[in-house]
Amino acid sequence: MQVKVFVTPRKGILDPQGRAVEQSLKSLGFKGASSVKIGKYIVFDVDAATAGAARAEVRRMCEQLLANPLIEDYTFEVEGE
Amino acid sequence: MKWGVVRFPGSLDDNDAVWALAEVMGQEASILWHKDESLGGAECVMLPGGFSYGDYLRTGAIARFSPIMKSIEKFAADGGLVIGTCNGFQILCEAHLLPGALTRNRTLSFICERVHVRVENARTPFTRAMRQGDVLTLPIKHGEGLYVAPENELREMEERGQVLLRYVDAGGRESDAANPNGSMRAIAGVANERFNVFGLMPHPEHAVEEMLGGTDGRKIFQSILESLR
Repeated sequence: MQVKVFVTPRKGILDPQGRAVEQSLKSLGFKGASSVKIGKYIVFDVDAATAGAARAEVRRMCEQLLANPLIEDYTFEVEGE
Repeated sequence: MKWGVVRFPGSLDDNDAVWALAEVMGQEASILWHKDESLGGAECVMLPGGFSYGDYLRTGAIARFSPIMKSIEKFAADGGLVIGTCNGFQILCEAHLLPGALTRNRTLSFICERVHVRVENARTPFTRAMRQGDVLTLPIKHGEGLYVAPENELREMEERGQVLLRYVDAGGRESDAANPNGSMRAIAGVANERFNVFGLMPHPEHAVEEMLGGTDGRKIFQSILESLR
């Protein structure tokens, strides 16, 4: 099953990259752009019997390695759900 | 005294650290390979700066799972002294041996300069050769040194005296301009609750000889030597 993990800076954590891109968008005339955050998009395949088992495993991967819960939020999608 | 300096793939300051400890401080210092589990009888373990595993994913995130880290976690749990500079600090945070995390500098640029840090707590194994309020001049060189921790945790750390070093100006005063990377509360170095693990973004190992711009880094190594004597 293919998994897509999205990692973004937590609310309240300074994201200088997001801020710089937001300023750049505004200077291009996209005045409506706000709350820009730069994160990571991680794609991989996972071998699991069910989507539920895959979700449980991916959650553990996120907590242990893919995200740092202190500074990052994560969400993920499992193919076929 | 025996020191072990860990070498991860991507470590850069490991040889400089051994030089500072062995040639300048006159200690027995050797490299510990990250895939080994033995600490070689080291009385203090140092995690040097660099870009372990290319800083992939997050700084220090992959290095913390190296085999030697298990031994270092046990060593620290038994009260052993561990010091991490720069990337070493980032690894110690990722390994939860220190509170908080280090993120991208607010300027988005890599900063390489000499900064001033004030000693906030001189009653620790890492600062005992100094006095509270002393100002050290040390080099920094990092892209991700902005220290973050939850506000309530920061308050508790301050109360317990875990903030050992803070960025200040040459006169020892805090100001936004003297905070090079935007760290919360201008934090440059922190210890754990037991005060046997210390992480700092500045590089004491690069401040041990006058010809290289200063010797304030020696005071940190001297503190560790005195505490283990």
